[in-house]
Amino acid sequence: MEKVKVTIDGITIEVDAGTSILNAARQIGGDVVPPAMCYYSKLKDSGGKCRTCLVKVSKGSEKDPRPMPKLLASCRTAVMDGMEVQNITSLEVVEARKGVVEMLLINHPLDCPVCDQAGECHLQDLAYEHGVEKTRYEFERRTFDRIDIGDKIQLHMTRCILCYRCVFVADQLTNQRVHGILGRGDASEISTYIEKAIDNDFSGNVIDVCPVGALTDRTFRFKNRVWFTKPVDAHRDCPTCSGKVTLWYKGEEVIRVTAPKDQFGEVEDFICNTCRFETKNTSDWVIEGPRQIANTSVISSNHYEIAQPPPVIKTNLVLQEANKEQFEKATRS
Amino acid sequence: MESLSNRKKVLEQAPMNFWERIYLPAIFKGMAITFMHMFKKKETIFYPEVEREFSENWRGMHSLKRDENGRERCTACGLCALSCPAEAITMISAERKKGEEDLYREEKYAAVYEINMLRCIFCGLCEEACPKEAIYLDGPIVPADYLRKDFIYGKDKLVEAPLN
Repeated sequence: MEKVKVTIDGITIEVDAGTSILNAARQIGGDVVPPAMCYYSKLKDSGGKCRTCLVKVSKGSEKDPRPMPKLLASCRTAVMDGMEVQNITSLEVVEARKGVVEMLLINHPLDCPVCDQAGECHLQDLAYEHGVEKTRYEFERRTFDRIDIGDKIQLHMTRCILCYRCVFVADQLTNQRVHGILGRGDASEISTYIEKAIDNDFSGNVIDVCPVGALTDRTFRFKNRVWFTKPVDAHRDCPTCSGKVTLWYKGEEVIRVTAPKDQFGEVEDFICNTCRFETKNTSDWVIEGPRQIANTSVISSNHYEIAQPPPVIKTNLVLQEANKEQFEKATRS
Repeated sequence: MESLSNRKKVLEQAPMNFWERIYLPAIFKGMAITFMHMFKKKETIFYPEVEREFSENWRGMHSLKRDENGRERCTACGLCALSCPAEAITMISAERKKGEEDLYREEKYAAVYEINMLRCIFCGLCEEACPKEAIYLDGPIVPADYLRKDFIYGKDKLVEAPLN
């Protein structure tokens, strides 16, 4: 395949022709990767909706070195040979991104203390990194009632940022689409087409692809905060999917099952509903070990690198016997 | 041994004279000082009947606040427990049912909220972390007790009394 050279923030890399700027940046990795709220590498045609991945192209290509007149969405722009891209080195891009975050937050309720996605929410991370502290929006935000999509998934349309990822999942992973977007512009909303329950095997993946807390797991609703649970990699023999998941433990109990996510917050493999909702016992799974969590994440504040409980929490029968009298004294009512 | 610094002084103790030997003058002198203190102003107070005034930034027992309509402010977001360096706070959240709107402010509330007062170091980080202004360390000194389990304060002790 033909290779083209592209320079992003002064770092040159050779990528296949036709790669998007965002994917070229992801191949470099690190700070130069533009954030993306709607683009999802596993979903065809996704991207181009949220504008958080805006970059400045300061040199179009080797043949036509004129800069592009406007900032471009890097997830939808293919690289050209000799292209020079500025992401975090351009003040214009940083400013524009700040504006985009403000735009995304206009109708987003600031109910993070209640939302189950808090702690692993991409919009929360994005706003923390790029946004301003206060909102300038003075008008009423649009609100919707909660909708239950089947008995396992809940839709909070109020929190939705219209990234269309879930619609692509419904379109591309499941056989028949029962889920799409109605209305246009400000009035658009995710709909399940007369609240028809999704009973496809892979419908649960809309929870994982949702960058905010608009689509959440009803079986996990208000069970616990993400940062108090311990993620563990596990697998099982599943006839319908790869069976590779992340189990979220609270104590001895599996309270949630998700697909394992990579460094860009995208799932490595879509998992089926049986794995996600039905098999919540440790005996169903083969535990591989604790999941690596970036130490910048709030989840790592409660995350330990060893799977078994540290010896201090193990019950010590000798100690219990020796302190029996005192224990009874201290716990009598 | 010869002193290295040459600053050592050898004290020579003279033998006691007659008045020193009978001790009585020294005893009366000491008793007089003790007696004089009976007429001086007392520095101590009779806690818990009397309490000293606390400073404005005093951090005492926690209280979970209610809003202006008497609803509990806490939404069980877990940020106080996350910020707690002593891991003294635990909570279990629950969803607000229909008809409970006048009890809880948000759609989620803390069904169980426990603070282990023996673990708590009264640093006030929970107060700072709270996004809902629900917890404040504005109470008195945590009272003494006999059993360890009685120091785990639940919502019955922590939540503010209703408005009326």
